[in-house]
Amino acid sequence: MIIKLAPQLVNLAATLILMLSFAMISQRRISSLINLFTIQGAALVAASILLGYVTHQPDLYISAALTLALKVIFIPWMLHRVIRKLNVRWDVETLINIPTTMLVGIGLVIFSFSLAWPISRLSHNLAGGSLGIALAVVLLSFMMMITRSKAVPQIIGFLSIENGLVFAAISVTNGMPMIVEFGVALDLLVAVLILGVFMFQIREKIDSLDIHKLEALKED
Amino acid sequence: MSWLGLLSQLMAIVMALLLAPLMTGWVNQWRARLQNKSAPSLLQPYFVLHKLFNKESVLAEHASPLFRAAPYIVFGCMLLACAIIPTLSTDLPLSPAADAIALVGLFALARVFISLAAMDVGTAFGTMGARREMLVGFLAEPALLMVLFCASMVSRSTSLTTIVETLAHREFTIYPSFLVTGVAFTMVSLAENARVPVDNPETHLELTMIHESMILEYSGRHLALLEWAASLKLLAYSCIGLALFFPWGIAEANAPLALLLALPVLLAKLAVGGFLLALIETLSAKMRVFRVPEFLGSAFLLAVIGLLVNILLGVS
Repeated sequence: MIIKLAPQLVNLAATLILMLSFAMISQRRISSLINLFTIQGAALVAASILLGYVTHQPDLYISAALTLALKVIFIPWMLHRVIRKLNVRWDVETLINIPTTMLVGIGLVIFSFSLAWPISRLSHNLAGGSLGIALAVVLLSFMMMITRSKAVPQIIGFLSIENGLVFAAISVTNGMPMIVEFGVALDLLVAVLILGVFMFQIREKIDSLDIHKLEALKED
Repeated sequence: MSWLGLLSQLMAIVMALLLAPLMTGWVNQWRARLQNKSAPSLLQPYFVLHKLFNKESVLAEHASPLFRAAPYIVFGCMLLACAIIPTLSTDLPLSPAADAIALVGLFALARVFISLAAMDVGTAFGTMGARREMLVGFLAEPALLMVLFCASMVSRSTSLTTIVETLAHREFTIYPSFLVTGVAFTMVSLAENARVPVDNPETHLELTMIHESMILEYSGRHLALLEWAASLKLLAYSCIGLALFFPWGIAEANAPLALLLALPVLLAKLAVGGFLLALIETLSAKMRVFRVPEFLGSAFLLAVIGLLVNILLGVS
């Protein structure tokens, strides 16, 4: 039963990840943004476990465990701590207004789907269709990094890009080599730690987390 | 047309008429409980209807015949909508009369008439409510259509009975697009039924009200019909949601035993759905009217993503 439904369940997880990226774009509050990111990580964990079970690849379980520890437990906890300490639970400001961003987002989804459609026709993979969805998640998160002006949402956008890449890797190639997996996880951990320290420093120097204040070289 | 079909059609209509106030009462009761208030009786909507039908109906001095006709038209639209949505059985003789698109049209017809009637008397509240209702309506309709089209893509038909037959009685398949359209449909139904993030069904005389401000001038039997129609609309939307996303348990044609079983299954599903509605209403805060276009725009775009996912995964 589960073997037969597996491709559909993987596609379901893929759609959930895509929907959460979309929700992140339209979300104004930072703490809700972190929660959405946590759920996205959990969906990724579910997809990896399922693919590992169906394709009999135990490394995918390790990858799932890494994702669980990092993206569902540690990073959200740390981000929540950071925003509590920095006292930045206020509304997120966006550069372009949210409906426009979402319309651009739909354009990105159409673009990546039409790009991935011929490939998924050719592949005999378990979840060929999810390549397009993974690409869309990467592009949407990229757009989120561009449109947000505050530091914390940008970090979440960066982490969400990584979610999309990992999902593409596990669904299309059945997992990266373990050493790459560990390397990426370590990189991510270090990146988030450094970015966390950075946020405190930026805040100390310019009294705000708005990146645009960094554009001027001297105070006027 | 068979006798059984006629019977199931009659059952659907009678069930809708009787059950709609009960559903409203159930939602109100759960909402009161979740908000730590003492809950009203489950039968409260019936008492209100009984009271209103026995009262004299007062009309404004300059009310036109349209004002008097509107409650009957709205009630008729909602009843017809309930009659063509497969609730107990997919064997409905009336259902070829209107497919999913015409169903959205029926809701639109009711909306136009109630808005015109609200403007008819010329009070400030009525006009304001009518304009807001049109704002909500013109954004919610395309989203609802997209949700229905997504289901139509899977079953290759816009007829609601065919959609339910395809979804419920074929091999069990998970359609990932339904996850996205389910969220979109929930958002649309909250807006269309004047529920909390968009409108508060409990308030009278508040500047942010939408539905209540349109029916302020009505009294007596007219108000009763409009209240009943609002309950029918809630039931209709719940039943569309159940038919699209949880269609199991709805009887097929020529299956009298399944028809008997369909009623308790429907009641159970509606009970869970009503509880979830009360939960959503309790957990969310009412948003500013200017945020409503953004809310419904997201619903529309989510439904479009559902269609795109359908195409990508090659469902149709």
